[in-house]
Amino acid sequence: MDYIFIQILNGVQLGLLMFLLAAGLTLTFGIMDLVNLAHGSLYMMGAYLAWTFIGWTDSFVLGALLSLPATFLLGVAVEAVVMRRLYARDHLDQVLATFGLILFFNELVRAVWGPAGKSIAVPAFLGQTVEILPGIPYPAYRFAIIVAGGVVALLLAWLVARTRMGMVIRAGASNRRMIGALGVDIELLFSLVFGLGAVFAGLAGVMAAPIASVKIGMGDDILILAFVIIVIGGIGSIKGAFVAAMMVGQIDIFGRTFLPDLLKTFLSPAAASGAAPALSQMLIYIVMAGVLVWRPTGLFGQRQ
Amino acid sequence: MIAPVIAALRTPRGLVALAVLVLFAVLPLLTQAFDQRYLLSIGTRIVIWSIAAVSLNMILGYGGMVSFGHAAFFGIGGYAVGILSASGVSDGWVQWPVAILAAAAWAALIGALSLRTRGVYFIMITLAFAQLVYYVGASLEAYGGDDGLNIGRSRFSGLIDLRDKASFYWLCLVLLLATLWFCSRLAVSRFGFVLRGAKANDQRMSALGFPVFWYRLTAFVIAGAFGGLAGVLLANEGAYVSPAMMSWVKSGDLIVIVVLGGMGTLLGPVYGAIAFFTLEESLKPLMDLVHKGWGEYWQIVFGPMLVLVALYAKGGISSLLGRRHD
Repeated sequence: MDYIFIQILNGVQLGLLMFLLAAGLTLTFGIMDLVNLAHGSLYMMGAYLAWTFIGWTDSFVLGALLSLPATFLLGVAVEAVVMRRLYARDHLDQVLATFGLILFFNELVRAVWGPAGKSIAVPAFLGQTVEILPGIPYPAYRFAIIVAGGVVALLLAWLVARTRMGMVIRAGASNRRMIGALGVDIELLFSLVFGLGAVFAGLAGVMAAPIASVKIGMGDDILILAFVIIVIGGIGSIKGAFVAAMMVGQIDIFGRTFLPDLLKTFLSPAAASGAAPALSQMLIYIVMAGVLVWRPTGLFGQRQ
Repeated sequence: MIAPVIAALRTPRGLVALAVLVLFAVLPLLTQAFDQRYLLSIGTRIVIWSIAAVSLNMILGYGGMVSFGHAAFFGIGGYAVGILSASGVSDGWVQWPVAILAAAAWAALIGALSLRTRGVYFIMITLAFAQLVYYVGASLEAYGGDDGLNIGRSRFSGLIDLRDKASFYWLCLVLLLATLWFCSRLAVSRFGFVLRGAKANDQRMSALGFPVFWYRLTAFVIAGAFGGLAGVLLANEGAYVSPAMMSWVKSGDLIVIVVLGGMGTLLGPVYGAIAFFTLEESLKPLMDLVHKGWGEYWQIVFGPMLVLVALYAKGGISSLLGRRHD
C-alpha cells in the first residue's frame, strides 16, 4: 500500500514537471497559433544555464534562481528574432523553422558545454527523506518538486484566471485580432507570453536536472510528451494541460512500476522487463489516440 | 510525344531535371572511375530518401496533410524485411510485397483514425502513431530492441545481387523513376485533382459530392506503401534495421526535404533530398576549412538555414527554376 502511494506521488511529481513544460507550449499554441518544436530546447537551456550558474555561485538555489531570468531573456530573444515572423505562417513553416532551431540549440550546447552530459547534485538540505505520512518516507527533493510545481501551477492558474494580464491572454487565445483592434499591444503581449513559457520550460529543466541527467537532446523526447499532453488536454487550455499532465504522469509511473509485474504473469521475466519500458511509453500514445478519436479537439479544446 | 519533351527541355526547369537525371544515371560509373565508393553510398541514400520524400509529397504537397510520422513507414518496411530474414525467409519476392502491404495496412489504420482530426491535431496524432511504432520496434527484444538488428540482404536469385553496390543503386534508381512516374500520373488524374481541390477547400469539395475522407485515406495508404518500399530499400542498403530509422527526427528530416525542394511539385522532393544530403556532407569540410574543428558543429549553420528557408524561400528549390510547366 505504501509502495503504491509513493508511486502515485512520483506520478504527481512527473505530472507537475510535465505541466510546467506543457503550460508554455499550450499558451503559445493557443494565443499565437504557433507550433513551437523548439520549446524542448528552452527546457534544455534552462538546465545547462543552471549548471553554469550553480558552478559560479556554488549554490543550487541561487543558480536555479539566476537561470530563470536568463531563460526569460533567451525566450524573448528567440521570439524577437525568429518566432515573431512565424505567427502569420502556416503550421508547416513553423514546424520547419523550429525544427531548425532544435538542431541549432543542440549543436550550440555541444559546442559550448561539450558533448558529455553534466550532472547537478541534489542540494544538501534536500538530500534526506521526509515523512509525508507517518511511517512513509519520501525523498525530500522530489517532495520539493511537488511543492514548487504545485505553487507555480496555482500561480499560473491565478495569473490566467484572476489578473488583467490573464484576461488579455484568455481573450487573445479566443480571438487575437479582436484584442489587437481593442488596443492591446499584441507584440508586447506575445513577447511576454513567449518569455513566460520559456521561464516555465527552463524551470522544469532545472528541477528535473538533479533526478534526470543534463544532456544534449534532453528536451527532444520530453517535448513530444508535452505535445501529447496539450493535444490530449485541448490546445490553448491551461486546465486541459493540467489534467492531461496528471494523467500522463500516472500512466507513465503505472507503466514503469506495475506493468513489468503484470507482464511477468504471462511472459518470461527477461522478456517482460525488456518490453515493459517500451510498452509503458506506448500506453501514453494509445491514450492520446483514443482521446483524439473520441474528441478530435482534445478534452477541453474548443469544438470546431 | 517528342515535341513537348523538347519544348520542356528548353526551359531551365527541364534542363535541370535532365542534368539531375543524367547525373543519377552515370553516378556509379563516375564513382568507380574516381574510386570514390563512399559517394555511391551517399547517392544510394539520396535515391532512397527521394522515394520516401516523393511519397510524403503525395499527401503533404498535393493533399495538404502534414503528416509528422512518415518515418514510421521506413520502420515498418525495414522491420518486415528484418523479421522475415531473421526467421529464415530471405526471398525478396516474399519479403518485399509483405513489407509494402504491412506499411499500407498500417497507413490505412492510422489514416482512418488520424483523418478525423484537422490542422495541428493531425500533425500531432500522426507523430504519436509514429512514436508508437518506434517504441514497438524498441521493445522487440528478440529482434535487437534498441540496438537494432543485422540482417541478410533480400535475395532475388539469378536476377540481381543486392550485395553489389552498383546493382543495388541501379535498382533503387529504377524504383525512384517508377515512383516519380506514378506520382506524375496521380497528380494529373481525376483523383489527383480531387485531392488538390480538397487541400484548397475541403468543404467545397464535399459540397460538390466528393467523399473527401476516402480520397484522402486512399492517398495516405498509397503514400504509406511507397514509404514502406523506401524502408525495404533502406534496410537492404545497410543490411541493418533499428528503431533509430523511424525516430521522429527522421520524420522531421523528410518534411524538411519536401519543403526544401518544393511542395506539390513532381521533382521538388528529389531536389530537396539532393540538397539535404549534399549540405550535410559538404558543410562539415567547409566549416573545417574556416576553422579546424568547427566541422563537427555543422548543424549550428544548418539549423538557421532551415529557419531561413521556412521564412523566406516559399516554394523551395523548385520555385527557383522558373515557372512551372507540370
